[in-house]
Amino acid sequence: MKILEINGCSKQFGSMEVLKGVSISVMAGEVLAIIGPSGSGKSTLLRCATLLETMDGGDLVYLGKYAARADRDGRSVYASPAELRRMRSRFGMVFQNFNLFPHYSVLRNIIDAPVSVQKRSKAEALESAGALLKKMGLEDKADAYPYQLSGGQQQRVAIARALAMKPDILFFDEPTSALDPELTGEILKVIRQLAEENMTMVIVTHEMAFARDVSDHIVFMDDGVIVEEGGPEIVSNPTRERTKLFLERFRQ
Amino acid sequence: MTFNTMVLLIAQGFMKSFLIFCLTLLGSLPLGLLVAFGRMSAFKPLRWLVKIYISIMRGTPLMLQLMVVFYGPSLLLNMKISTDWRFWAAIVAFVINYAAYFAEIYRAGIESIPAGQYEAASVLGYTKRQTFFRIVLPQVIKRILPPVTNEVITLVKDTSLASVIALTEMFTWAERISVSQGTLMPFVIAAVFYYVFNYIVAFGMERIEKALDYYR
Repeated sequence: MKILEINGCSKQFGSMEVLKGVSISVMAGEVLAIIGPSGSGKSTLLRCATLLETMDGGDLVYLGKYAARADRDGRSVYASPAELRRMRSRFGMVFQNFNLFPHYSVLRNIIDAPVSVQKRSKAEALESAGALLKKMGLEDKADAYPYQLSGGQQQRVAIARALAMKPDILFFDEPTSALDPELTGEILKVIRQLAEENMTMVIVTHEMAFARDVSDHIVFMDDGVIVEEGGPEIVSNPTRERTKLFLERFRQ
Repeated sequence: MTFNTMVLLIAQGFMKSFLIFCLTLLGSLPLGLLVAFGRMSAFKPLRWLVKIYISIMRGTPLMLQLMVVFYGPSLLLNMKISTDWRFWAAIVAFVINYAAYFAEIYRAGIESIPAGQYEAASVLGYTKRQTFFRIVLPQVIKRILPPVTNEVITLVKDTSLASVIALTEMFTWAERISVSQGTLMPFVIAAVFYYVFNYIVAFGMERIEKALDYYR
């Protein structure tokens, strides 16, 4: 089953063409890693997929339903706001800077959206939040506030918050870039565990070894296009010159 | 006139000052939020209109605004003025003046909330309304408390400006007694009232700030 499909996504900021017709598709249970240099458009692609940016052209499809569909000229036409809101519950997003709500306790961060957005019962939300906290190794932090936690703990809360919405697909936008190398490991471990549980994920990352280990498919982007894609082996054996250059520079 | 009579008369005036203070906050705190929304509106004419309003409120003396609001209806529009207009004119002038200041404080507070908060809320499916009232506003209130405290303390003292339209609040009483009795004592008594009231206000605001200290 195809969870996400993006066809020919283009996006311009002023006169800057950030995305020049990018297409990806993600099957259920698949982990897609997007790598590439800064400014290559990978974060913008993720922001288009999560409806934080509107695409100029192309299709955005979740589970066969169009969030945006290209018209005859290729311009993206978006579904109604009500429909888009329903689609938002299909995906979750984990940000580079966590973006937890500082005035809510850890528990409230996790249950607020399920209760006030998805209108689930509080008892059920609390129960699933408890299970998620346990899974993240944060059972004892339910009543803490975000500022009292380390970066790694905050990011695990952010992952729990996203999972609490029971999304079909989870996006990660450089989830370890704001963390010390020490704390990076604990987040990668969590993502790896989710991959083992067959969570469908799209991960923008600079951790090459991690991308190779955890993903089923890797996309290398540069300058708004997909330069190369394939299995995890492209990290070790890239075929394109541009990919080789990037990975070499990365190893130094 | 005995000292006790003076205190009694001034205390009566204080009740009116206190009423002006309460009604002004009751009106200007919510109105300021609406003005702030207008100031940040995507609709340009509204944004400009609100900008001009704020500019006039901040750029001219409150004393002058009190005069215009009180005398305006009869002098400019030939309206017949009822007896309690004196009081309500003062309330209107204070409310529209303070709303302008509060609006700018709200705006600064709202604009200081990181974009990431809106993005997280959007991805979680919160509506715009939910995002504002559940996520943004509580954080804004914590951030703007110190400048709001400043304004509230200024308001306590500004109520004395209502004496310019002969509203019988505390300052007017102090002035009248002082002139008739030839003593500065009424002003000393009034000063004590203002000071003690402001001390209580500052104490209360500090308590609220402390209560919101549970997060950063």
